[in-house]
Amino acid sequence: MNIITIENITRLYEVGSEEVRALDGVSLSIDKNEYVAIMGPSGSGKSTLMNILGCLDTPSTGSYLFKNVQVSDMSDNELAEIRNREIGFVFQTFNLLPRANALHNVELPLIYAGIHAAKRKSMAVDALTRVGLADRMHHKPNELSGGQRQRVAIARALVTQPAIILADEPTGNLDSKTGEDIMTLFSEIHNQGNTIILVTHEEYIAEHAARIIRLRDGLIERDESNPHSRRPGSYKASPSK
Amino acid sequence: MNRYWFELKEGVLFSLKAIRVNKIRAMLTTLGIIIGICSVSLMSTAIKGMDKAFQEGISALGSDNIYVSKWPWFDDHEWWRIRRRPNITVQDFDKFQSLAKKPIAMAPTIISMCKLQYNDSYIESALITGTTAEYVKTTNFEFASGCFMTGIETDGARNVAVIGHDVSENLFKFVNPINQEIEMNGVKFKIVGVLKKMGSNLLGGFNPDNQVYIPLGSAYRYFVHRFRSIDIVVRAANTAMVKETAEEAEEVMRRVRSLKYNEENNFAVNQQEGLTSRFDKVVMVIKIVGFFITGLSLLVGAIGIMNIMFVSVKERTKEIGIRKAIGAKRRTILTQFLSEAALICLMGGLIGLGLAVLASIALDKVLPTSIQVDTILIAIFISLITGVVSGFIPAYSAAKMDPVDALRYE
Repeated sequence: MNIITIENITRLYEVGSEEVRALDGVSLSIDKNEYVAIMGPSGSGKSTLMNILGCLDTPSTGSYLFKNVQVSDMSDNELAEIRNREIGFVFQTFNLLPRANALHNVELPLIYAGIHAAKRKSMAVDALTRVGLADRMHHKPNELSGGQRQRVAIARALVTQPAIILADEPTGNLDSKTGEDIMTLFSEIHNQGNTIILVTHEEYIAEHAARIIRLRDGLIERDESNPHSRRPGSYKASPSK
Repeated sequence: MNRYWFELKEGVLFSLKAIRVNKIRAMLTTLGIIIGICSVSLMSTAIKGMDKAFQEGISALGSDNIYVSKWPWFDDHEWWRIRRRPNITVQDFDKFQSLAKKPIAMAPTIISMCKLQYNDSYIESALITGTTAEYVKTTNFEFASGCFMTGIETDGARNVAVIGHDVSENLFKFVNPINQEIEMNGVKFKIVGVLKKMGSNLLGGFNPDNQVYIPLGSAYRYFVHRFRSIDIVVRAANTAMVKETAEEAEEVMRRVRSLKYNEENNFAVNQQEGLTSRFDKVVMVIKIVGFFITGLSLLVGAIGIMNIMFVSVKERTKEIGIRKAIGAKRRTILTQFLSEAALICLMGGLIGLGLAVLASIALDKVLPTSIQVDTILIAIFISLITGVVSGFIPAYSAAKMDPVDALRYE
């Protein structure tokens, strides 16, 4: 079943008097339980595409079907609802609330979903346990290492059992060893049946995915499966090529 | 429904955290609200206190009374037209009494000051009222001990006195005053009655607590020059009868004075209604000035809150982005920042109320004040509303932020 189907999407920005085409007609579809990497140099439009896929932004033209529902012309609040229920974000800079502890950070999307305190807590504890942070639940982000912070962010993305997990350069602020641990965690999550979309400009990170979409100048340059998708633990220090 | 509740709870809890992080900032911001709420509650308390004191003073004397006097209480006449008015004499009163049918009680009164002494205790200058036995029927006096002067005592101008509560407290600390003799300007008077505490001390002369009542004849003999004018106190049967009784009093007095139809009154019929309306005017002015000042300080406070909320929203742009990314709606963000502004104001309001309570305890010595529950509720309500109103624009700007821009903000 297709979770995401986008057709001929464009996104225009006005910078001063000039019009910039960040996306210039992109079409793709993503199935359930796919592990897709979106690659491209900076300025290729991959952040814009991610924002649109994540329902943070809406396309200028084109159609976006999310689980067969048209989302390209939804209101702010409807998009917020979709983000809350269906999308789990993992950011390069973690984006945790600094004043809330790990548990509260993970509970936050459940609060917005209107889930009762007791159930919320047990769900958040489960998610933190899944990412191996059961003993760090009451720590604030600044008391955690970078890798641990990213695990909290992943727990927060997982806790609502979303349809897709969108990770934007999830290893960008981590050293390569920690980065590899995080990628291993993503592979595990994928193996548990989740759909993952990974945005990166690092080839060796993208190679974890089973399918790699390469963007250039707002267009899809190549969209191919990656038969060599590396299994967890087969990390090599030097990127291929 | 749950959702609103959880969002509100989350908003309030997180606001508390945010306020705790910036304690000093929140304190300074809320200073305007503290001052505003403190003054609004003190103001309404003081006005209530004055009102209460006034009402007590009035009701101690009887609110259905009419006073026939030489001069009007509130002088709207040119002084030269009324300065040659004749005195109201005891003879005038006797005629008046025989002609007036509507009043349930009438009494002549005359006022003076004198020194009171009992052994070593003394009062330098106390207000004394010379009157007749019937005077008590024009008041609502209650007696702590003894009773009012009898007709025999007043007609015979005996040296007897009825004293007010405060006079009794000051002169007789350990002795029962009844049958004790006090010296009034050196003349001995026997105490026959002591009043219960009646009014407050706001209205000075209108308060029976610091007065001494003696027979009219004795007053003339010892304290008052015989050419002084008396006042006639007239008690109407009830409040509804006050107007009629006053009209009759005017007519009767004209007959007593044998005035022709084209002659002006050469006396005045005073009513407490006049006093009350004067008092209300004064209170109204105090209210307007007070609430203007209060409103101004609340406005300044509100601007401070708005300013700091803008700063808070700007500082937390990233947080807003994060919250939106994981599913916060506009409403959620709005709730969060509104509750922060409201909480800051509420804290200011509570501090202001606390200060007002302390101040009113200190003020109680001058005015019978006490902060009422409705004042507290109004103060809390005003501070919450101020918070919500002043926080709205910043909170709205936060709520409609674009999540992509907000997330990118550093």
